[in-house]
Amino acid sequence: MEMKPTPTRDGFGEELVALGKTNPNIVVTSGDLEDATRAEYFKKEFPERFFNLGIAEQDVIGTAAGLSTQGYVAFATSFAVFLTNRAYDMIRLDVCYNNLNVKLVASHGGVTVGEDGASAQCLEDFAIMRVLPNMKVICPVDYIEVKKATRVITKTYGPFYMRTSRAPLPIITKQEDAFVIGRANILRDGNDATVIACGVMVSEALSAAEKLKHEGIDLKVVNMHTIKPIDVQMIMNSAKETGAIVTAEEHQMAGGLGSAVAEVLGQHYPCPMEMVAVKDSFGESGTPTQLMTHYGLKDVNIVEAVKKVLRRK
Amino acid sequence: MDIESLKRKAKIFRRDILETVATAGSGHPGGSLSAVEIFLTLYGYQVNHKPNDPRWEDRDRVIVSKGHVAPVVYVTLANFGYFPKEELKTFRKFGARLQGHVHSKVPGVEFNTGSLGHGLSFANGIALGAKMRGKDFKVYCVLGDGEIQEGSVWEAAMTAAHYKLDHVCAIIDCNKVQENGPTNEIKNLEPLRDKWAAFGWHVLEIDGHSIEALKVAFDEFSSTKGKPTVIIANTVKGKGISFMEGKSAWHGKAPNKEQLAQALSELS
Repeated sequence: MEMKPTPTRDGFGEELVALGKTNPNIVVTSGDLEDATRAEYFKKEFPERFFNLGIAEQDVIGTAAGLSTQGYVAFATSFAVFLTNRAYDMIRLDVCYNNLNVKLVASHGGVTVGEDGASAQCLEDFAIMRVLPNMKVICPVDYIEVKKATRVITKTYGPFYMRTSRAPLPIITKQEDAFVIGRANILRDGNDATVIACGVMVSEALSAAEKLKHEGIDLKVVNMHTIKPIDVQMIMNSAKETGAIVTAEEHQMAGGLGSAVAEVLGQHYPCPMEMVAVKDSFGESGTPTQLMTHYGLKDVNIVEAVKKVLRRK
Repeated sequence: MDIESLKRKAKIFRRDILETVATAGSGHPGGSLSAVEIFLTLYGYQVNHKPNDPRWEDRDRVIVSKGHVAPVVYVTLANFGYFPKEELKTFRKFGARLQGHVHSKVPGVEFNTGSLGHGLSFANGIALGAKMRGKDFKVYCVLGDGEIQEGSVWEAAMTAAHYKLDHVCAIIDCNKVQENGPTNEIKNLEPLRDKWAAFGWHVLEIDGHSIEALKVAFDEFSSTKGKPTVIIANTVKGKGISFMEGKSAWHGKAPNKEQLAQALSELS
């Protein structure tokens, strides 16, 4: 049976409970948004290992850092904006500089947050998280992948940032697909150009590939679920094989996935590249689809970017 | 260690701090000199620790939230045998373990700090974890008075009281002076006792240069149940050196050769 689109935050919440049953070392801190991040599933099962520290993100991070020193895998949770922007110095110093076993898991990334508007729509988290030494950055593509990612970051020592979605995302991956940190997955092979995408933009890229097929353009689509460490080999191979790259992300154009890919291409294998992302702007209220359209994050925008990059080949 | 030997040690600590900062050519002598008796009494009387086994699981934790007072921290640890005193000469030098702000690669340092307002949340996290593990060690957190202008301190203050972390002891080195002047002129902290009491803490206010008073305060912390304890230790910035005392200019500046000679002569 085909699974209906599901928010990745749901998969995170469910998997954390499953892990908590066999791993007594998982603890969770929250900035009073566990209902929204789905950390409340864990709270219900393991109240003694769950700490709602109130509306105090700095404390959410700092306390998680302290807990981790006692042999715990500490998950610090909130909305992406509050966790990463509000508590940035705590992430930098407590978690990254001290290289502690803290996993930051934030829901509400991107404009697909919808009606709440710009203050709750995080569009800079990839950028500000990936510049921190020791930090690894993940944006799972669907419900199945977020569960695997939750398992992997639990058993891998060190700081992680993982963005989950509030919006339901189509199920793209399969149970049997490999999930390895820093190793991207090819979802569709093609010869003419490669779209490297993450999160909600992966399904838009697949849709763009279908549209372009009718015009005789053969698109490769890569799910770059790990933004840091970026899969250098995949980027190089794609550039060599298809000669043109388009990145797509629900994030500011500056500093995110596209920038990470550009850093690799610029240094190792320059080739024409286009970026589909939010162009130096805050979000606003609206439905996820309205906002994706308004900010140029739809399949048609990827189609346009591919055509543009092909002209530059 | 008895009081008399601790008092003798205080003088040695101050000499070592001045020499360490002077050798480095930079650093933070003011807040280091004010906190000498605090660290001395912690390590010489209160804290359960094994200098030859710095990562001993059951050790009490000392979190240095005012991370710029690396000189007094390193001097304390060296004098208690965590590493050779000779290494103090490498303070702030390239490639050294003794980073400009406290770093956990130095044996005995638990947590890298230097940005203010981080220590208390971290201390609470350790304390919550220790409780869950059934460990009964204590967690001490040394803060500056200027530091508590950081809002994050008060987020943590609420947490410690909410979770009744009676094994957490915050010590405020209340030296009344911050980088650009008197703390209460820059942003008034008073009434400091009332603030902490209102946040649900057991509050003690003492002379932070009196080892006797510090011992009594630590004893009271050890027997206080149901709430965290804060010791407001009234101190003098630059304590012991006439031309440094109470001067914000000596917050983060090294003495030159002549100033060092004068300072050392005042301590002899």
